[in-house]
Amino acid sequence: MADSKAKSGLLLDIRNLRIEATVYPPGEAPKNIVLVHDVSLTLEKGKVLGLIGESGAGKSTIGLSSMGYGRGGVRITGGEVILNGRDILKGGKEGFRKLRGREVCYVAQSAAAAFNPAHRLMDQVVEATLLHGTATRAEAEKRAVALFKKLSLPNPETIGERFPHQVSGGQLQRVMTAMALCSEPDLIVFDEPTTALDVTTQIDVLAAIKDAIRDTHVAALYITHDLAVVAQVSDEIMVLRHGRLVEWGGTRQIIKEPRQEYTNALVSVHEIEHHEQKPGTTPFLSVKNVTAAYGRSHIKVLKNVSVDIYPGQTLAVVGESGSGKSTLARAITGLLPPEDGTVTFDGRPLANKLADRPKEDLRQLQMIYQMADVAMNPRQTVGTIIGRPLEFYFGIRGRERDKRVAELLDKIEMGKGFSDRYPAELSGGQKQRVCIARSLAAKPKLIICDEVTSALDPLVANGILKLLLELQKEESVAYLFITHDLATVKSIADSIAVMYRGEVVRYGPKSKVLTPPFDAYTDLLLSSVPEMEIGWLEKAIKGRRMASAGN
Amino acid sequence: MSSPIVKLVAQRVALGVVLLLAISVLIFAGTQILPGDVAQAILGQSATPESLANLREQLGLNDPAYVRYFHWLGGVVTGDLGTAMSSGQDIATSIKGRLWNTLFLAFWAAVVAVPLAIILGLIAVRYRNGWVDKLISGLALASTSFPEFFIGYVLVYFFAVKWQIFPGISTVYDGMPFGERMQAIALPATALTLVVLAHMMRMTRAAILNVMQSAYVETAELKGLSAFNVIRRHAFPNAIAPIINVVMLNLAYLIVGVVVVEVIFVYPGMGQYLVDHVTKRDVPVVQAVGLIFAAVYISLNIIADIAAIVANPRLRHPK
Repeated sequence: MADSKAKSGLLLDIRNLRIEATVYPPGEAPKNIVLVHDVSLTLEKGKVLGLIGESGAGKSTIGLSSMGYGRGGVRITGGEVILNGRDILKGGKEGFRKLRGREVCYVAQSAAAAFNPAHRLMDQVVEATLLHGTATRAEAEKRAVALFKKLSLPNPETIGERFPHQVSGGQLQRVMTAMALCSEPDLIVFDEPTTALDVTTQIDVLAAIKDAIRDTHVAALYITHDLAVVAQVSDEIMVLRHGRLVEWGGTRQIIKEPRQEYTNALVSVHEIEHHEQKPGTTPFLSVKNVTAAYGRSHIKVLKNVSVDIYPGQTLAVVGESGSGKSTLARAITGLLPPEDGTVTFDGRPLANKLADRPKEDLRQLQMIYQMADVAMNPRQTVGTIIGRPLEFYFGIRGRERDKRVAELLDKIEMGKGFSDRYPAELSGGQKQRVCIARSLAAKPKLIICDEVTSALDPLVANGILKLLLELQKEESVAYLFITHDLATVKSIADSIAVMYRGEVVRYGPKSKVLTPPFDAYTDLLLSSVPEMEIGWLEKAIKGRRMASAGN
Repeated sequence: MSSPIVKLVAQRVALGVVLLLAISVLIFAGTQILPGDVAQAILGQSATPESLANLREQLGLNDPAYVRYFHWLGGVVTGDLGTAMSSGQDIATSIKGRLWNTLFLAFWAAVVAVPLAIILGLIAVRYRNGWVDKLISGLALASTSFPEFFIGYVLVYFFAVKWQIFPGISTVYDGMPFGERMQAIALPATALTLVVLAHMMRMTRAAILNVMQSAYVETAELKGLSAFNVIRRHAFPNAIAPIINVVMLNLAYLIVGVVVVEVIFVYPGMGQYLVDHVTKRDVPVVQAVGLIFAAVYISLNIIADIAAIVANPRLRHPK
């Protein structure tokens, strides 16, 4: 880049950016909506700006505008995007193609999906460099290997020969960072690069990204909904909501002295007070020495697992992906008959197979899933969805059913008017509430919540957790709460089971499980949860006793 | 190549053999259900009971059905397809030349149709929802919607009658020079191409469009690749399995479905042969041709399956 621009130090200058899209609501005429309202930002060379907000805040849309890219019909309709001293919006298609992959590179949320499964990693990593002719193949590959080393990938010399499916998620995310750095861009847009990873893997990837940014002096837009994560890597943070700027300031100011109420809500989101209940005398559901595997595989997904659940209390099951949390739920509900061990309910053993269980047993155990959208029939109204268990288990029909549905809607803090709506017309949080109402309709003793807040924005997730706690008080229903998020566990659990590779490694009342001395895995899990503290990342990496499994 | 691929391929081949055996049973059983038998057919209505009995004894028709089936199957496996009743000729010998003719026609139709369909599909994706896409889809659909005899006669009317560029009757014979042979099959090959083009083109378009939704296509766009390179390098390799599938189905159609086209152009291929002998109620010939058609169909589908397996990097390069 020209020297005069380098001296000014300003790399990206977005002025009054306005982005619109056309939406096609079912049964209505297409209409124009504004996604981003006149947002301006500046970024100096080598600096990192964090863009934070809930989904729909316009973070990704703004990030991608620096490459002149609009996802799925999104249009930039106003403002200027000045990169290296020129307005890229005036450059046309050719201009965009020249800057993409050369001046600005992109790191996507899910590297597993963002790599082409049909090509070797190296070919994809050097593709942009070769395309723009900034290096020969040999040079580009040398550069890539050096980057693999810097990002502490295993076997940096040979990992490029692998295909995406042969590499773990955490490693892929780092290869993707290497891919972005390979063409030596001025700016990288990181779009939620660690959100899809386990906490224990996230911390490694985060550290690798941070080091790489520091050593290559590349500037970055770091997009995430997790304030604690962005606090580790950013120089400045911009808070966005509904496509408008809320607050923009230095990292320390934003997390320590937020000036706006909304920012404050984001900073203090995880603080729900929940006093642990002591376990009662007799559990109503006990899982004894359960071992399970999928198909005829000899790889046991659950190994000798035993836990107890007490009436009206919450057992949280924590662990990273692949630890067997969801499989435990499947074994309890009978979806996956255990090979060995028993599940006792109210003092009598439950049938192993779902098909062998009487209706009454089915009613007592209900489930809520992570993806509320796909857990509901899109062609049924909310009323039908919630009313179905009433008809099926209790034979309640007609006006009586409608009355119960209205009561349930009231319980989940949604009005009667929602009864005629379809799932597609609800927000993510509302969908999850409807799923909760549906499970409550069966008046179960136990609801299994499988990552019910993981797909939701922090503030919405918070609302769901509060609702669940309230319902527990009113209905004295017990929860088996599966999650990978330790902050959630602290807010909701009475007892905790920590799972690692199919085994329960730590189990007991919450206060005991979360009090030192820890076993190595629990320690890793606890120390990996990002804290809203500048410099937490370095401290956490230094203090670790074991490497994460996803590495 | 590693073990999972070898295993999957072996499974498919074994399955194909079993399927072919099952079909041979069906074909054999089907001809047994028909009234009358070979002896009756050979001797005709005026046969005396004695001569019928003699011939049956001679042909082994008094043996139980399964013995006759294995006798027939044994013959097929060793290349002896029996004798045509109508002409008394050896079926294997008559089929050889005709099968070659059919394959020749199918091959050249495929050489034109497959690349054309895929390229048109790629272009349709590149300009999706624009007028180019609509034009390609519209023309391809129109050509498929017309029955092949209609297309055949239209071609004959213009190219053979009006402009006299190509012959209207595709006579070929042994030892015919290559150039003349190509000229003779020009019209039937064109008719076949027009019939199979749209299906392959539409499938290519749909398969690639499906892949175009993927995150890795966005990654490619954000590297600055041109639209056509995104499709060619990133979308196409991942859409190859469904495309191969539909291509193989159409190749099978080119071989076993050419009956009408061969009859229109009086082309001496398998289709003509089959039609001739169906009208003469020549059961052994129908059996033999049916079995060959089934074998072609099954093997092309196995090839499609295997190609789809080999095209999958997860199977080619296990963890």
